[in-house]
Amino acid sequence: MIADIFNEIVSVGAYVIPVMIVLLVVSLGGLFSERSGVINIALEGIMVMGGFVGAMMLYFLLYTVELPIQLAVFFALITGALVGMGFSFFHAFASVSMQSNQIISATALNLFAGAVGVFVARTVYGYRRINVDESYRMDVPFLSDIPVLGELLFQDAFLSTFIGIIILITVIILLYKTRFGLRLRSCGENPHAADSVGVDVGRMRYAGVLISGLLAGLGGVFFVVAFQNRFESDVRGFGFLALALMISGQWRPMRIFFISILFALMRVVAARADSIMELRGLEIEPEILRILPYVMTLVVLALTSKRSKAPEAIGEPYDISKR
Amino acid sequence: MEHTIEMLNITKEFPGIKANDNINLRVRKGEIHALLGENGAGKTTLMSVLFGLYQADEGEIRVWGDKADIRNPNDANDLGIGMVHQHFKLVNRFTVAENIVLGAEDTHRGFLTYDKAVERIKSLSRQYNLNVDPHAMVSDISVGHQQRVEILKMLYRDAEILILDEPTASLTPQEIDELMQILKRLASEGKSIVFITHKLEEIRRIADRVTILRDGKQIDTVEVKNTTNKNLAEMMVGREVVFRVEKAPARIEEPVFAADSISVYSPTVRKDVVKNTSFDVKSGEILVVAGIEGNGQSELVYGITGLNPLSGGRLYLNQKDITGYDIRERSLAGISHIPEDRQRHGLVLDFSLEYNMILQNYFQTPFQSRGFLQFDVIREHAERLIDNFDVRTSIGAPTLARSMSGGNQQKAILAREIDRGNDLLIAVQPTRGLDVGAIESIHKQIIAQRDAGKAVLIISYDLNEVFTLADRILVMYEGENVGEFDPAETSESELGLYMSGSKRRETS
Repeated sequence: MIADIFNEIVSVGAYVIPVMIVLLVVSLGGLFSERSGVINIALEGIMVMGGFVGAMMLYFLLYTVELPIQLAVFFALITGALVGMGFSFFHAFASVSMQSNQIISATALNLFAGAVGVFVARTVYGYRRINVDESYRMDVPFLSDIPVLGELLFQDAFLSTFIGIIILITVIILLYKTRFGLRLRSCGENPHAADSVGVDVGRMRYAGVLISGLLAGLGGVFFVVAFQNRFESDVRGFGFLALALMISGQWRPMRIFFISILFALMRVVAARADSIMELRGLEIEPEILRILPYVMTLVVLALTSKRSKAPEAIGEPYDISKR
Repeated sequence: MEHTIEMLNITKEFPGIKANDNINLRVRKGEIHALLGENGAGKTTLMSVLFGLYQADEGEIRVWGDKADIRNPNDANDLGIGMVHQHFKLVNRFTVAENIVLGAEDTHRGFLTYDKAVERIKSLSRQYNLNVDPHAMVSDISVGHQQRVEILKMLYRDAEILILDEPTASLTPQEIDELMQILKRLASEGKSIVFITHKLEEIRRIADRVTILRDGKQIDTVEVKNTTNKNLAEMMVGREVVFRVEKAPARIEEPVFAADSISVYSPTVRKDVVKNTSFDVKSGEILVVAGIEGNGQSELVYGITGLNPLSGGRLYLNQKDITGYDIRERSLAGISHIPEDRQRHGLVLDFSLEYNMILQNYFQTPFQSRGFLQFDVIREHAERLIDNFDVRTSIGAPTLARSMSGGNQQKAILAREIDRGNDLLIAVQPTRGLDVGAIESIHKQIIAQRDAGKAVLIISYDLNEVFTLADRILVMYEGENVGEFDPAETSESELGLYMSGSKRRETS
């Protein structure tokens, strides 16, 4: 009986964890930008860009250079992260240096990313899909021998899982235990206070947006490798889901972590609605399962947004003349 | 005599205005130096130049006798100059300690440590009697406490020259007393203090010398003990000022407004903050509700104007029961309201002045016709009010409300409310934050309304104002009417006993 339940958890976990990591990493990216005071609804577009260029790189490394799979993934991740960071620079420039409307600037990136993905993919490969269908799962030496946890996390796992967990820990330390984190948060709460004690608000906000680009770009590659096995012009709204998750998580890393598990679970239930039906012999319309994550997103947002604790100065361009 | 700061021949121009015109300011060690002037006289600009927020067009600054080049607040900090801004620069969701160390953090192997900082904060707090709790959340502490945090923030950075921009503007009287003690203490330990103000009483209480600015020019620098308040006021305003406006005896007639045992519930403190209070206001009379801020006065007015619902009791205007009326219905029934927070409840700051003038009746003819606004009428209406009430604006009716000075914003609200010709005029703290010139003009207007037979209800926390305006005084303590007084037969000290709750009188 216990063994059954355990096997169940492991088998569900195998699907949930990779999805959760994508959402978690992108959400933490959004958190960096917004904690510095810049709204970033461009997460979706940045993910698309990172995922797209990452997939191209992966395709090249796998089939032209013929690197081993995990090494190819590693370089694709680095590429995606750098591309995401570079792409988010435009958002930083528009919203910090030019003090433009942050929603408009991010929307521009979202529109641009999807279009450029399709255009370049068609031009280079002849069709909009970049197929990188391989088995990316692996057993981690030593760690996978740990009972239960090892089986859940480290057997048949994606590289992204460890990187994601390391990122979570790093973000928490960076945000709450370092000088950089304190200053970054102060810029999102009250940039005038930060400025009056010599913190360079512009620089901190650039840092916030660029880090968010880095993480969202990374998340885009995670999405390609651990979820879709291909790139196909979009990331299925994961960027916006990550944004919703960040808000539900009240801009706090640990809350975002827990909510990401919930969201991922629902996303997996939706994606595997048909097979779950068959297995359980349940008499529910699969459509109901499929809309579950979106309904839950609305419910969770409705429940949490009332006591939402957004950074106080979020979305306000910092205008020195108003100090 | 040793000068810590010398600002010599400072000129600073903004497009269209000379904010500082050849100003000389010398501050001695251990001195409290007041900078006096009306709103817009250039006080804050001068201090912003000293703190590195602006660069002077001409002139030089010397710190401890050496020429200093102050390009930004960091340079100022390095030279030992600290500034407490009028609007505090604190992060609400940080602790006091986090706010104080921000920008000057201690780290150990890259990680933040607060131990040393907390020790230092505690010892500075003891030394200057600041009573600052390093672990408190800024959002949870009072305005006075926040200000002490700002002062401690400067001391933490070893500031020797402290600039305070209108430090008493948002403090309660007790907090002002505490601040005065703290400033004296700081000066006696050798710090130089420059504080910006337009309140003569404060200068009298603690300043050694005072520099008076008017329209960007330096009028004079004088020893406080060698001058009178009247003198200072005249230098500041540029004409003779009347501190207490003369008024004719009241011709009190019929009750216009009556509150019958009303209670008002406050959702923030989750209880009734106005409890079972009754009073009336008669035509030709000014009733002033006196009391210490936070004893339910704001909520009393919210209850009367409809901003908050009543949790009990009834309201009557001209013998008509208006308890069930909403805000607009009450306003149309004859209540004019000059709100406590003029920027939040009085004006739409990003609207032009002319639209602000029709906020309550834009939907009535002649301001609209067949659903369209009548721009000509609206413009003429605003221009008439601007002329009649001497509202100073940069471009007249289309001026953005936000760009106007506090005094002129208040005059504009007063103009709108008086012009509506209502029977009851309610004004909460009508002169808060204004300089003597503007106070005089607003008091005159209010008294003129009384003489025209209106019923006037004033809420004031300032006893000077209470005695200037009142025909009858009602003291409010913890949400209750604890006594009514004839101003001719009472004194500030008697009122003080009732305001602090040590005495109460059953009202008839």
